[in-house]
Amino acid sequence: MIDLSTDYVGLKLKNPLVPSASPLSHDVDMARQLEDAGAAAIVMYSLFEEDVRTEDAMADRFLLNSTLGHAESDGFMPDQGEFKGMVERYLEQLTKLKRSLEIPVVASLNGISSSGWLEFGRELEAAGADALELNIYHVAADMTESGASVERRYFDLLTELRGEVKLPIIMKLSPFFSSLPHFVKQLEYAGARGVSLFNRFYQPDIELSDPLSMSDRIHLSTSDEALLRLRWLSVLHGRVNLTLAATGGVHTWQDAAKMLLAGADVVHMASCLLQHGPGRLFEILAGLTRWMEEREYESVAQLKGSMSQRNLTEPGAVCRANYVSMVDRFEPPAGVWR
Amino acid sequence: MSNKPTLMIDGNEATARMAYQVSEVIAIYPITPSSNMGEWADEWAAKSLPNLWGAVPRVIEMQSEGGAAGTLHGALTGGALATSFTASQGLLLFIPNMYKIAGELTSLVLHVSARALASHALSIFGDHSDVMACRATGFAMLASGSVQEAQDFALIAQAATLEGRVPVLHFFDGFRTSHEVSKIDAVENDVIRAMIDQELVSAHRGRALSPEHPVIRGTSQNPDVFFQSRERCNPYYTAFPAIVQRAMDRFEQLTGRRYRLFDYVGAPDAERVIVMMGSGAETVEETVQHLTERGEKVGLLKVRLYRPWSAADFLAALPASATSIAVLDRTKEPGADGEPLYKDVLTTLAQATATGRALPRVIGGRYGLGSKEFTPGMVKSVFDGLVAPFGRNEFTVGINDDVSNLSLAWDPDFRTDAARNCQSALFWGLGSDGTVSANKNSIKIIGEATDLYAQGYFVYDSKKSGAVTISHLRFGPEKIRSAYLVEPDMAQFVACHQTVFVERYDLLDHAAPGGVFLLNTPAADVWASLPVRMQMQIQKKKLRLFAIDAYQVAEAAGMGRRINTIMQTCFFAISGILPREQAIDAIKHAVEKTYGRKSKRLADLNFTAIDKTLEHLRQIDVPAGEGAGEIPALSHAMARSKLPDFVRDVTLPIYLGLGDSLPVSMMPVDGTFPVGTAKYEKRNIALAIPVWEADLCTQCGKCVFVCPHTAIRARAFVGESLADAPASFKHVPARSKDYPPGTHISYQVAAEDCTGCGDCVEACPIHDKSNVSRLAVNMVPITPELRDQESANLEYFLAQPEFDRGAVKHTTIPGSMLLDSLFEYSGACAGCGETPYIRLATQLFGDRMLIANATGCSSIYGGNLPTTPYTTNAAGQGPAWSNSLFEDNAEFGLGMRLAADHQMDYAKALVREMADGIGADLADALVAAEQREESGLHEQRKRVAILLDKLKTSTHPRAAELAAVAEWLIRRSVWIIGGDGWAYDIGYGGLDHVLAQPYDVNILVLDTEVYSNTGGQTSKATPIGAVAKFSAGGKVTAKKDLGKLAMDYGHVYVAHVAYGAKDVQTLKVFHEAEAYPGPSLIIAYSPCIAHGVDMLYNLRQQDMAVKTGHWPLFRYDPRMEASGVNPFRLDSAPPSVPLKTFMDSETRFAMLARSHPETAARLAEAAQAEVTRRFSGYQGMAAGLANEPKTGD
Repeated sequence: MIDLSTDYVGLKLKNPLVPSASPLSHDVDMARQLEDAGAAAIVMYSLFEEDVRTEDAMADRFLLNSTLGHAESDGFMPDQGEFKGMVERYLEQLTKLKRSLEIPVVASLNGISSSGWLEFGRELEAAGADALELNIYHVAADMTESGASVERRYFDLLTELRGEVKLPIIMKLSPFFSSLPHFVKQLEYAGARGVSLFNRFYQPDIELSDPLSMSDRIHLSTSDEALLRLRWLSVLHGRVNLTLAATGGVHTWQDAAKMLLAGADVVHMASCLLQHGPGRLFEILAGLTRWMEEREYESVAQLKGSMSQRNLTEPGAVCRANYVSMVDRFEPPAGVWR
Repeated sequence: MSNKPTLMIDGNEATARMAYQVSEVIAIYPITPSSNMGEWADEWAAKSLPNLWGAVPRVIEMQSEGGAAGTLHGALTGGALATSFTASQGLLLFIPNMYKIAGELTSLVLHVSARALASHALSIFGDHSDVMACRATGFAMLASGSVQEAQDFALIAQAATLEGRVPVLHFFDGFRTSHEVSKIDAVENDVIRAMIDQELVSAHRGRALSPEHPVIRGTSQNPDVFFQSRERCNPYYTAFPAIVQRAMDRFEQLTGRRYRLFDYVGAPDAERVIVMMGSGAETVEETVQHLTERGEKVGLLKVRLYRPWSAADFLAALPASATSIAVLDRTKEPGADGEPLYKDVLTTLAQATATGRALPRVIGGRYGLGSKEFTPGMVKSVFDGLVAPFGRNEFTVGINDDVSNLSLAWDPDFRTDAARNCQSALFWGLGSDGTVSANKNSIKIIGEATDLYAQGYFVYDSKKSGAVTISHLRFGPEKIRSAYLVEPDMAQFVACHQTVFVERYDLLDHAAPGGVFLLNTPAADVWASLPVRMQMQIQKKKLRLFAIDAYQVAEAAGMGRRINTIMQTCFFAISGILPREQAIDAIKHAVEKTYGRKSKRLADLNFTAIDKTLEHLRQIDVPAGEGAGEIPALSHAMARSKLPDFVRDVTLPIYLGLGDSLPVSMMPVDGTFPVGTAKYEKRNIALAIPVWEADLCTQCGKCVFVCPHTAIRARAFVGESLADAPASFKHVPARSKDYPPGTHISYQVAAEDCTGCGDCVEACPIHDKSNVSRLAVNMVPITPELRDQESANLEYFLAQPEFDRGAVKHTTIPGSMLLDSLFEYSGACAGCGETPYIRLATQLFGDRMLIANATGCSSIYGGNLPTTPYTTNAAGQGPAWSNSLFEDNAEFGLGMRLAADHQMDYAKALVREMADGIGADLADALVAAEQREESGLHEQRKRVAILLDKLKTSTHPRAAELAAVAEWLIRRSVWIIGGDGWAYDIGYGGLDHVLAQPYDVNILVLDTEVYSNTGGQTSKATPIGAVAKFSAGGKVTAKKDLGKLAMDYGHVYVAHVAYGAKDVQTLKVFHEAEAYPGPSLIIAYSPCIAHGVDMLYNLRQQDMAVKTGHWPLFRYDPRMEASGVNPFRLDSAPPSVPLKTFMDSETRFAMLARSHPETAARLAEAAQAEVTRRFSGYQGMAAGLANEPKTGD
């Protein structure tokens, strides 16, 4: 019997497969199905700072402070009593998930500023969250913002959140850092317990409609995206004292196996579950187990990072930037340009 | 602090609290100013608050007050304790049932916030004309004069009606009492329980109709016994005053508050006495106290129980020493020899002479109609008048009547000790800036945190965008009886929350010498930024000046433009009413209460802003000076314009807030006012205005089409004629080949009239190829330079003649938008979804429109003084508009149609009779004229002009007769306009009847899916799943399909339109409907701020409503049937977006997911099913008989 267990920010997980933040956790039954399919923990859908702000603005203008200044009416909406704000609903769902599931539940905060909402971390902790994933959804597009100040934003938020909670915190990162290993190391010093690589940003797209507009379609990940994660997991493994989570592009057991080989402690997945349902997690787990059995691995611990940069005979392969020779070896289909 | 339980509430809430406790069925219909009482009841029922018997009353909103009255009657007949709340026209609709309810000796209290009845004009404000119209119904009438009394009498009335079986109309003054927030001693449930005799409740139930012991009631009686039967109730009326007094006595034992049927206050040996009822009596009491302390022998007799009238109690209460009595009525009965209370008093005193009592001199006066101010100065003038011999027995007070010379002059500077001894504060704000809510909150804090008495009263103007509010606050150690506004020179604290007001209003007229003026301003040098007039007032009155840049503080705290808590903090910090820390704690507590668990983030932002406020609040040094010399008069932009006499003399003073000073002679005799006055207002409320990019523009006209305020308009010009245009005036050659070479087009913005809603930019389809963010029209922050430039350009634009209407294509958007709008600059909300439809109708048909307008938003922005947006073309023709009632608008419009048709027939008969003199050709043409289209109308106008010319010299004996009616030979386009509250609910019976007739009327239903004007109550147009008042848990039934009901007749032209989704279809529908010679019904989707979405997205919401199938577009044209074509055409594609997307985007739906998530999910599913079902039904209809394309073009 292979020992599939792994350590995730101090939590002992029965296997490394953890559904990442996605709409699936809106539904307690779905979360149960994921658990039944073998999920070792679940990251809740994110509480988006942007959504909290939008809902606040709507509620403030139309419900809580809808002063019209008309003699005939003060406002249009009836008093809804103590209705629940977005944060409250998130806490409620967390409580429900905790009550219904045996696996750990990780809460996810998604935002860019510290204006008064990180303190909800304390309430998440009180509601039973096992860990917190902090997803800093920041596109550094400001000409006046240096790389250092982008990094500082992460440190500040992490420090602030650590001031609020004792829970382990996982920083979900974007791939756009000029010196990722250095940055990750600094996060470790600042008190992070794990990093999750990598966040997938919404990719702007142009609709060739009339008038022209920006698209708001969601693009789910593909296995190709796993390669970016693979490199950096491989680089970081064994060099930081942090849980490493792979997120983005895991669709098959092969993808999952590669992440573990590169050095991931846990492997997240969302797109494949959204596309194929919770059964896909069972298939990946089964495939991974079968493969490990065939290869006679004893445990995930044994497998983890065995192909990380540190353990490679040719460590430079992971950091190779020049691939002219690879391009040269590329064979197009017959008749395309040769 | 006293431990006595007190409440800081308004009269409506105080009354509703009592009524709710003692009711089981509450049937209501919204009407200002009583709506809040029903809303409170609905809200408490939605929260399952129990009544006295531990059950939750059933609250139901009916389709009209007539419906509420019937339901009430039924509920009472069924043995329930029932009640309702109403006012004014609503009360009139109750009257038939009131006779029945009283005739059947049924225990009931009907609570009325008394309001003026519409006569020469509608007024939402308070007087007793509505309740006085109920004198003959058999209801007892009990008058409350204050918030305290409204609460107390609501309960006393209930106790009395249960014992005496006479139903009671309990009333108090609309707005002055219904909306005044005041500190009152609370009546707790143990008192209510002690007042309500359970045996009497059981007796009431025992009188219910029951098959277990059946009886019949409501028989029809013959001459033999009807009369005797009618007299049978007399003993109940005889006994009732004593029953009410016993209830008052019991109440006194329980609460210590003593009331009598007639309460006398003043000198025991008073010679001069005022008799009156209602809130004015509070002001009189305050004045009497002031005068008696100075030795004057004056008094006040307050009438509590007006019906049944107890002469004995009246005489017992009136000091025998009274030799001169003034009876004040807050109503008017034109043609009567005195108002009702006056005559009752006079009759009693005359009858008392039989017992040897001397008859004092009794005079009757009117005061306070439509909430006219009634001040101590006016009271004193009445007492003074009782010394001096009056010329006649009738007088008015509060106005300057220079026509009938009935009015008393009064001293505007007279102040009572009570007024001087309390603190007064005045706050100027915008409706949208939260000033009123902050002040309601402040007054609550003062009332609850201290032993001080407190009072808040709030004055609004009639605009829906950029409305000005003035909050009048008083507080002091003595009970406050001042039922009038804070008077000039009396406000120790004046705050101005909007910098722009310093130029527009006389803010400091009310400031007390030595008081404080707090200004929200971004100015660095505050003193220098003030107008000279204000500087002089500050120096003269030795005011302390404080300033804060509240918008900057709000912005820095992350609160956007919400400044209410910031200004509130300043008020407490400066005034020192509470220790600073305590005040700040109280403000924070209120913030916590508002946001609670709903948004801790918002609460935190507010806390930050409150904490930062004091750092930014600064006292400004006032340069030494006495402010000597004449203070210059206010100079408003409107006053600087060249104005027609009427506008200068009447409209302008009203606009400037000086309407109270206008004498009677300045008023039209019959409520008729000139049109075309909104253009003079120049409200300057936009922060940004659209700027036209002539080089990019394709002249599509969409921006003009969607503009709710006609603030962007297009015209074509003969190019050479523009040679003298200002340099900045933009015009470019017309792109369309429809116009002769040399034609130029201009799109011009009315910078001072725009509300800055941005809908024009949303509508613009043209993007710069190199920079898609640059459109053909873009919002630009307004600067004085831009404003002045565009104002000059607009003046030039409007001075040019309208392009030949015959040369413009009326059926295209670009063409039709070149037609002048005869509806402009309304006071509707910024981004209003209704007004573009009205504007469109006036562009197409304005010169021949007769408009019947139902009461509602469209009658407020259409016809609320001081101005009207309806205007005329260069020839002086334009829409003629009137409002009859809320409930009868379809019938009102039909009457206009019948009148027009009859006069046209009459004129045609005369033309035929005089054909020889007129000329046979002209006569034939006049009679047979085809006038369906613009061109035909144009020709007919020319013919009528020739006819009139000929008639001038005609010797035919009936020539003058024909001349008087000749204009009716021109076809009138009759428009019946109103909202969904009218069309779906209160006016549906009449609408249905009018639709069933063959007459040519155009009915435009501005469907906002909710009662917008009265504040968001559910109508039968409200869709399933939407939250509205009376559907707090989400509406569970589907929206009425008004179009389908109308189509069932077969002869009615029916269409659903949404200009933001398909403007071309809207335009087509307006043409088709107007040209259709029978009844036409246009149901127009009208996004409203009540939907809980920013009206910048008005067009997006319409588009989504159509794409989700929430609002299918269709036309049903009976004319098609004659040619064998399916008359029904579906003009929108099958739903392509899930309904949930639309529902999530509007607070009216989205909030339910927050408050009742399970219900929301269920209703969202039901809503989707309903939309799908309806659309497939329409598809079936489109397919049904079709031998034409299934979707329209």
